[in-house]
Amino acid sequence: MTDKNQNICRVKNNSVISLNSIPVYSYADFSGLAVELLSKDDNHCVTYFASPYKNDLRFIAAIADDTAGDIILLSYILTSSEPKQLNSLTPKITALHIFEREIFENYGIAFKDHPWLKPVRFPHDRFDRNMKVNDYPFYKINSHELHEVGVGPVHAGIIEPGHFRFICNGENVLHLEIQLGWQHRGVEALMLEKKQLLQRVILSESIAGDTAVGHSLAFTQLMEALGDIKINEQLMVERAIALELERLAIHVGDIAALCTDISYALGANIFAILRTGIINFTQSWCGNRLGKGMIRPGGINLPFTNEHKERLFDVLSKFEFQFVELAHRTYKLSSVENRFDDIGTVNEELIRKIGGVGMTARMANVKRDIRSSHPFAGFIIFPIEPVTLPKGDVFSRFLLRRKEIKKSIAWIRNLLDNYSFDTPSKKPLNDIQLKPDSFAISLTEGWRGEICHCALTDETGNLIFYKIKDPSMHNWKALELSLRNLEISDFPINNKSYNLSYCGYDL
Amino acid sequence: MLDEIKIIIHNGKQFITDPRNVNIPKPFRGRPEISTVKVDENKLVELCPVSAISANPVRIDLGKCTFCGECSFRFPEKITFTTDYKLSTNIPERLIVKEGENLPIEIDRKSIRPEIKDIFKNSFKLRQVSAGGDNSAEFELSACGNANFDIGRYGIEFVASPRHADGILVTGPITENMAEAVEIAWKAVPEPKVFILCGTDAISGGIFFGSKALNREFLNRIKVDLYISGNPPHPLNIVNGLLNLIGR
Repeated sequence: MTDKNQNICRVKNNSVISLNSIPVYSYADFSGLAVELLSKDDNHCVTYFASPYKNDLRFIAAIADDTAGDIILLSYILTSSEPKQLNSLTPKITALHIFEREIFENYGIAFKDHPWLKPVRFPHDRFDRNMKVNDYPFYKINSHELHEVGVGPVHAGIIEPGHFRFICNGENVLHLEIQLGWQHRGVEALMLEKKQLLQRVILSESIAGDTAVGHSLAFTQLMEALGDIKINEQLMVERAIALELERLAIHVGDIAALCTDISYALGANIFAILRTGIINFTQSWCGNRLGKGMIRPGGINLPFTNEHKERLFDVLSKFEFQFVELAHRTYKLSSVENRFDDIGTVNEELIRKIGGVGMTARMANVKRDIRSSHPFAGFIIFPIEPVTLPKGDVFSRFLLRRKEIKKSIAWIRNLLDNYSFDTPSKKPLNDIQLKPDSFAISLTEGWRGEICHCALTDETGNLIFYKIKDPSMHNWKALELSLRNLEISDFPINNKSYNLSYCGYDL
Repeated sequence: MLDEIKIIIHNGKQFITDPRNVNIPKPFRGRPEISTVKVDENKLVELCPVSAISANPVRIDLGKCTFCGECSFRFPEKITFTTDYKLSTNIPERLIVKEGENLPIEIDRKSIRPEIKDIFKNSFKLRQVSAGGDNSAEFELSACGNANFDIGRYGIEFVASPRHADGILVTGPITENMAEAVEIAWKAVPEPKVFILCGTDAISGGIFFGSKALNREFLNRIKVDLYISGNPPHPLNIVNGLLNLIGR
């Protein structure tokens, strides 16, 4: 797996590698290689973290090569005797800003020349406990002509907490700063503290409840890789269906939410009802509207049957007819177009710069989709091509959802036409013996975008480190940039158009 | 205009006429029932990921249960999840399901402050505060307001400010970082006011129980008026819980 000439380690999605096989570079070489790789459009950083290693810190960066379908792994070890200071890579590769901030917050590593080592989420086990989420000093511009608008942590409506600080010149937003952390529940620490496999998979379902399938699938694939567990083809197909149903449901719900924000009552009501049909189907399959309890390592408690298949055909036909009819009307209403068009544009260049993933990337002409670049589960058997749009404004995000819904329905239907569910998988495993001294990585494409879970094991096969990356880690920056030079009253439609995760980010 | 009317007609009647009597099809996991069949109780207790099950006699605490259903998959002769979605009460002990009893989970009318019915029966405005919620209970609370469940028809509504609210409804296990904000929101609500915990995470911490990143100390200083169990609670469960609380 290691290129002989260059000593570059390449792995595939959902694979395990012995910890010793990840090349350890000097920091100079690590930086040089990371910058060289990340300067190419094909590559982007899926995760970069530090983990305790004896008394030292082991830094691991995973860079996805979307053309080759590989993940390139680099590592660096900072010994306890060395000063806790490193040269920041952010001035050269902006997308790394969030990961360096996270490492700084967790371990107190000062990244020299990082433009702004601001806190990420105020985790319980942070390096500096004196920093408190409630007295975080927001960025200020001193001017008599400017004013600040602070919103949160508690917002108007049924929504998670976070703080948005706008610096405005009249109605115009010059700068938006988003600070999160209120949702931090200590998920990564709990992953190690809870020892039962079932506890851990339930935890993964609760990383972000609206992406229960996406996150629990990443966890499950990771455990199966570490335990060398082979699953049958039907289970792979079932998991992909579950993921696409999640995408359909949330996308149509978000279209409804955007209609709500522009007071288009017909769209707001009927798109929301259409979501019910999809999540009720999920419930009739696995017992939970959000797919909790469905994805389990090694098997499934309630397999998808040919009876489900017939019902899903009906559910999709009904859904599609009404969705198309209403979308046809909604998307050409001038009042809708006028409200969304050219608002909150983040172009391709900016998205590449901040390392945007998933929908946030695809709405701005950046073709990033793990389903096609690093296929997993049923997408290996039934490939899917991502949809991209060129512009990067609110309307693009609104339209991309419509196009992805269409695509997912066609994908599911083609699959159902060509697959018979006759070989149900066995029951889930109670326990999995994990491969010792290993590193594993799993990527899935949730409806928001790329989810990455990584795990490290010790010499007895115990989990010693667990790292979760929700796509929102990259994408919150896109919302901040969207607001530049926009009227503050355009914030709600921009926020909804991304619908990023607070709890997935705060962990 | 005609297009719009066509869309509405095609969409048909979507609202649930009587949220108190709905058949949610299996395998939805609502209130569990425990039979008197003898099983290895220790194994059953060990199996539960959130220690919701205790032995001799076998009991399941729905304030802790994440409704993963694992106990019913492994011990189908002992535990079955019925589709009874009404899992809300004002007495936490009533969330404990006992072997062989299999009673519905109900509110204890007598122990509810009379002013809740007197004042809020026809208009009940709540401020929802997410305190580490995973956005699933929040998702279902939003669903309560859609045209299917239409909680607004009972005068129940989620409002933008605690100052406009008759009470606070908390979701999530209450994180350390959110603890102060929950308390501030609670204090901002004018008297008389109601406090509700919605979802297993909120009631007991759920799967997050034991996390050092939580701070649930505020709950020791407050009287909870309603516990809505579930992971997340089904919208019909939320609607019924709230209706029962305000005595409708």
